[in-house]
Amino acid sequence: MLRRSLSVGVATAAYGLSFGALGVAAGLDVTQTCAMSVLVFTGGSQFALVGVLGGGGSALSGAASAVLLGSRNALYGARLAPLLRVRGAQRIAGAQLVMDESTAVALSAEEQGDRAGRLGFWATGLTVFVLWNLATLLGALAGRSVGDPRDLGLDAAAPAAFLALLLPRLRDRTSWSIAVAAALVATAAVPLVPAGVPVLVAALVPVVVVLRRRGEDGDRRGMDGDPR
Amino acid sequence: MSATWAAVLVTAIGCYLFKLAGLSAPLKLLEHPLVARVSDLLPVALLAALAAVQTLAVGTTLVLDARLAGVAAALVALLLRAPFIVVILVAALTAALVRLAV
Repeated sequence: MLRRSLSVGVATAAYGLSFGALGVAAGLDVTQTCAMSVLVFTGGSQFALVGVLGGGGSALSGAASAVLLGSRNALYGARLAPLLRVRGAQRIAGAQLVMDESTAVALSAEEQGDRAGRLGFWATGLTVFVLWNLATLLGALAGRSVGDPRDLGLDAAAPAAFLALLLPRLRDRTSWSIAVAAALVATAAVPLVPAGVPVLVAALVPVVVVLRRRGEDGDRRGMDGDPR
Repeated sequence: MSATWAAVLVTAIGCYLFKLAGLSAPLKLLEHPLVARVSDLLPVALLAALAAVQTLAVGTTLVLDARLAGVAAALVALLLRAPFIVVILVAALTAALVRLAV
């Protein structure tokens, strides 16, 4: 479990290096770039803000798309709440650690029991927090000299990490079809909505599928009756 | 305060409030079978969408570039049951080499 947290942390550190470099390249100073990794601490939103600002977008539209993208953490938090059962100061601190990687590890570990799930969340959240911030600082400092982080293939490391987290969750037909549908919906949405929003659109896929399944089950019961 | 600092702080506060709101959601709501089923499948949808978008999108444009080769190589590594960190390195290395070659 701790090894898993560490490898997730190292993988996100590679991503953090590229965030630091991209932040400086987008015109933020080193302090602003590092402040984002400490205070925002959700990679997608950080890249969204830096991307919009770097592309000449306004501060307002940058912050709006970043916060919108960060709204998925509310769904993660709601999913984690019954596992973590945190209150008071623990909840205030734990909330900052709610993001893609800590949620994914906690939910996979949860299958080995609630203790493993909680350990997965805190270990991954804290490991990623430390490594993400160190990597951001290094990336920001190196930003001006490294040039393009894409030369190191860092932009392929991020989707590969998501793929690695996704694959173990594909255990039945429903999860496979939801993954394929979500990927297609998000890709189709890319040219149509602001950057960051396609992932939120894809979040509707499981809602639609589950509601439709329930409708079909209801019909079947209604037509066939109960043989027993 | 500069506009950039304002954007950074607004983003930080907004993102934190979403995280906190999620953790503070009433547990009863999640015990409803429909909500439980949706929230169980939600990570699958989000991870698939994030993987697809980060492989194919640059801003609001779809682009086929070295990232696709990197992610394809990562998929092969995953199917060969390579450890997580190896998968990541394979992806980055493949994308970097493809960029060098093209």
